Amino acid sequence: MRTIKAWFFWVCVSITLTVNAAIDTYQFSNDENRHRFQTLTSELRCPKCQNQNIADSNAEIAKDLRTKVFQMLEQGRSDDEIIHYMTERYGDFVLYEPRVNTKTMLLWGGPVILLLLGLTTVFWLSRRRMRAENDAGALSLDAEQQRRLKKILEEDKDMSQ
Amino acid sequence: MRRLLLFIPLVLFVVLGVFLWRGLSLDPRELPSALIGQSFPEFSLTSLTQPSVKLDRSSFVGKPVLVNVWATWCPSCKQEHPELMKIAGEHKIALIGLNYKDDRQAAQTWLKQYGNPYEFTVYDEQGMLGLDLGVYGAPETYLVDAQGIVQYRHVGVVTPEVWAHLQTLIDKPEAK
Repeated sequence: MRTIKAWFFWVCVSITLTVNAAIDTYQFSNDENRHRFQTLTSELRCPKCQNQNIADSNAEIAKDLRTKVFQMLEQGRSDDEIIHYMTERYGDFVLYEPRVNTKTMLLWGGPVILLLLGLTTVFWLSRRRMRAENDAGALSLDAEQQRRLKKILEEDKDMSQ
Repeated sequence: MRRLLLFIPLVLFVVLGVFLWRGLSLDPRELPSALIGQSFPEFSLTSLTQPSVKLDRSSFVGKPVLVNVWATWCPSCKQEHPELMKIAGEHKIALIGLNYKDDRQAAQTWLKQYGNPYEFTVYDEQGMLGLDLGVYGAPETYLVDAQGIVQYRHVGVVTPEVWAHLQTLIDKPEAK
């Protein structure tokens, strides 16, 4: 049992080792650049393999873009400059977080609109139910009405016989 | 009024259906080019066939051209090659090759073997001009007008249909 456990442990460990991002060796001049590199490459989308960022992708083009990001960082360019460089060539497509503009208004505003719509519906429904309950209260008959109802029902019975 | 409210699910269904139906015919690999209407990027590279010859933007600006990005490692490039040869034979527009991230020897052999449809081929070993163009895979073909402005970009194989579409663009006055 113990050996099976150990064996299972090592299988798990080796599996996690194989699921790793693409690794290149870049010599960063400082830790801040390394950190910015990791952030930038995880936010930029690979143009070739569209469901990966350039940090994870092994595509040629992703490799090139990583190198470019590295070079620009080491040249002392700002994050904005690097993002600008990329969007100039590959369009807004490369940004995993789309920018707010007229084209993406619905994308950014959609959830808010839907939330408001949902809240309005909930409010409207609960108010309707409340009113219905109030109306139900008003349905109770007083003694005179009860008497008339009984009479009508009895007449009804007579007629059907 | 109450009755009309009952139709809301149907309306939602139809709207969603239309969007999803439209999504079926969209190609997600087709990216909008950031370069359309922009100037073809500056570069300074050598000729594929004559390594001593320096080429830059002015080597072709002055007449409309088709810039075709290709490489020997790209199977679709082989597929489109006969069409490129045909286009070159029609002498309607000059073809400029951009050999992208390739081996010079292999690329030269390719041109000898399959024929050379290009007026000249720019050798971009590092892929830096490709990066400036926003190339994300070969083959890609750009229509560049006489002022050096990129008018159109086609990603993928140039088929007779694509060539027909390119011709209508070339015949438009703004491409001249």
